Amino acid sequence: MLKYIIGRLLGIIPVLWVLATITFFLVRLAPGSPFDSEKAVSPEILAHLKAKAGFDEPLPMQYLIYMKNLLQGDLGPSFRYTNLSVNEAIATALPVTMQLGLCGLIYAIILGFGLGMFAATKPNTLRDYGSMGFSLLGVCMPSFMIGPLLMLLFAIKLRWFNVSGWETWKDMVLPSLTLGTIFAAYFSRLVRVGFLDILNQDFIKTAKAKGLSARRIFLLHAAKGGVLPAVSFLGPATASILSGSLVVETVFNIPGIGRFFIQSAFNRDYGMIIGTTLVYGVMLILLNVVVDVAYALLNPKVRYD
Amino acid sequence: MGKKLNALACTLVRTFLLGLLTAVALMLLPLQLQAEAVKQIIRIGNGTEPRELDPILSTGVPESHIEDNIFEGLCSRDPLTEKTIPGAAESWEISEDGLTYTFKLRKNLKWSDGVKLTAHDFVYSWRLALDPKTASEYAYQLYYIKNGEAFNKKKITDNTKIGVVAQDDRTLVVTLERPTPYFLDIVAFHTLYPVPKHVIAKHKEKWTKEGNIVGNGAFKLVEWRLNQHIKLVPNEHYWDKDKVKIQEAYFLPIEKAETEEKSFAAGQLDMTATLPTVKIATYMRDKQKNPKTSPFRRSAMFGTYYYQFNTKAKPLDNKLVRQALSLTVDRTLIAEKVARGGQIPAWSFVPPIEGKYQPKKYLNTSVSKADIAKAKALLKKAGFPDGKGMPKIELLYNTSEGHKKIALAIQQMWKKHLGVQIKLLNQEWKVYLNTTRSGKFQISRRGWIGDYLDPNTFMDLHVEGGGNNEIGFAHPEHDKYIKLAAAESNNKKRMDYFHKAEAILLDEAVVMPIYYYVSNRLVSPKVKLVDNKGKLHPWRGNLFDRLPLKHYVMTK
Repeated sequence: MLKYIIGRLLGIIPVLWVLATITFFLVRLAPGSPFDSEKAVSPEILAHLKAKAGFDEPLPMQYLIYMKNLLQGDLGPSFRYTNLSVNEAIATALPVTMQLGLCGLIYAIILGFGLGMFAATKPNTLRDYGSMGFSLLGVCMPSFMIGPLLMLLFAIKLRWFNVSGWETWKDMVLPSLTLGTIFAAYFSRLVRVGFLDILNQDFIKTAKAKGLSARRIFLLHAAKGGVLPAVSFLGPATASILSGSLVVETVFNIPGIGRFFIQSAFNRDYGMIIGTTLVYGVMLILLNVVVDVAYALLNPKVRYD
Repeated sequence: MGKKLNALACTLVRTFLLGLLTAVALMLLPLQLQAEAVKQIIRIGNGTEPRELDPILSTGVPESHIEDNIFEGLCSRDPLTEKTIPGAAESWEISEDGLTYTFKLRKNLKWSDGVKLTAHDFVYSWRLALDPKTASEYAYQLYYIKNGEAFNKKKITDNTKIGVVAQDDRTLVVTLERPTPYFLDIVAFHTLYPVPKHVIAKHKEKWTKEGNIVGNGAFKLVEWRLNQHIKLVPNEHYWDKDKVKIQEAYFLPIEKAETEEKSFAAGQLDMTATLPTVKIATYMRDKQKNPKTSPFRRSAMFGTYYYQFNTKAKPLDNKLVRQALSLTVDRTLIAEKVARGGQIPAWSFVPPIEGKYQPKKYLNTSVSKADIAKAKALLKKAGFPDGKGMPKIELLYNTSEGHKKIALAIQQMWKKHLGVQIKLLNQEWKVYLNTTRSGKFQISRRGWIGDYLDPNTFMDLHVEGGGNNEIGFAHPEHDKYIKLAAAESNNKKRMDYFHKAEAILLDEAVVMPIYYYVSNRLVSPKVKLVDNKGKLHPWRGNLFDRLPLKHYVMTK
């Protein structure tokens, strides 16, 4: 198992190298550059701006310099924000995105698992239809719609929370709800299916025949297998939550990494584009490793030795 | 008897209770008044995160909103009268030929860290701004100064030849290339603000970071949270610190206009940077009903929204085609029904400047039958009767819902009135900048906001070979008038030259002005402006969209 984990982690390195290389050349292929501005800049000043940013070197040389710095963990300067290195930007923004993602995920898991299990206890009853109807609604509502709705009700009408910003713990509530709802809906459906599937299996019938209480069977015997479909969805879900936070960060004006990611593309902030892309890359790969390992631990059919 | 006693008891109890209530209320009253003492805190929506706060390097509006408060030039602008007023300089003398400005600095000027500020600081700052190594994009704002352009373009290397000299600690002598009647406006612009030599020497390019940054304005920066807020508090070393009322100011980078408007509605902001177009009608209706409490504020800006025709591209190289196209655009319809933000339909390229420059009515703001007939005749004369045989025309704009609506409307107008079919093309901002800069377009959208309050900031755009002349316009007579105006010190004559140049520009129809910009924003009625005599005025905007918090106060 340990060998497997180490192997997977080592595998990240070539992936990141390829990612960095492709991004490096792709952003330069895009028309427009960080130095384009609305008002004309004299050729002399433009030359100086380019020299300052190291653009006077030929492209392959720039690539080598970038890679050399990258090996030392230096993502270079931002071409938009004078005085801000990409490392600094990520250091301030990444924790915010992780907090938001984690809160959203925890909320999605609690609500999703709860709702799914609740529905599975009495399938095809009002209870089931009610919870699944609710989850259908959640799946259908995009976050750029839930967000403003929550704002309208809880921030503007009731004034319980702020509309935007990231100053106190209260500012985390609405964005987390917005981010997590759609995944809570997915989770609830997967958990319901997982449980119903397990509850029809022979070992459950045996447990029933032995006279165990329904509660014990449900929470102990069925739970381990019942959550499996949902667990395997955990990886893609976390990945989607991370990318979904791009929208939520913009809607709620949260100083996370998503805003840098989006803005850097518009600003042709080359360093920031590559830096944020790499961060997302690392997070997604790591998450997949974690999920694969968790899956192996839960499912006796899967082994990686 | 019993009944009567009962009634009496009731009355007594009632009176007692009433008295008690009154007493409690009276006791509470001062408490409540105390609690309602107005906090001098203002929260301002400021668009995007500032790129930097070095006034020499910055180019954007969000940056200037903060820099205008933490730095101060020799002059500054009064938000109420729109006049240039003394800033770090208390007075100045202008030589008769208009070439030499002698500024007298205020006594005991200090940086926000308590270090003395002298005329030498201005010399240092202006030399730094012009230094080619600094690579300031706005260095051209100092080209009015003798040898400024030459030094910036490396034609000379000795920075002591630049026309700015400190005669003593309080006297700054500035020599200009040519008379520049709006030079006092220029020294109120952020590229000419002083920067602290002692701080830059210590922190190098990191000098504007939180904890390092030192300025000479009414406020100082104490917190800079990336993508969260920038916090300013009064600068205790400021020469006019007694005038400053605001105790804490927060600038919040809120990019989405919808989020900003909701933040304002939830009481999180006292002032927004913009207002989503779809909300404008609602706020305007509210303003008509409750003029006193409505937060809606609209103010004119010194800017024009226009289309430009590439004179190097067929069929727009033909003046008649350009004239026909410009004639058949209903500017009133676009402003009122399409843009819908209270914009003013344009009749000239330079927006009118009150008391200084009143442009003639070069363009009709709506389309009459006569206009259409005239345009059709022009088109026929150009060899394209009813648009037949016209080469393909593409209209380029940067991707945005607002620009798209206007482009669609104009596409329809030309089709309906002239039978001319055009294609619309949108490009994302940086791509669009690249395309227009390299002249690879036929018609493109453009906007221009003046740098200073003088027609020159618009009129020098289309001089042959100019960096902003993207349409390849070359007209010796037009250029001649611009040059004459630059050398003229008599204001009336200068304006006459501009009138003549503008008449050529619009007769050639190389630009097609559509509307003059306005700014719409929400401002809490609590925010008031204080004038010189201490009188309060409701908040109102100004032409250059400046927010000098020194003149602000929060009321109940």
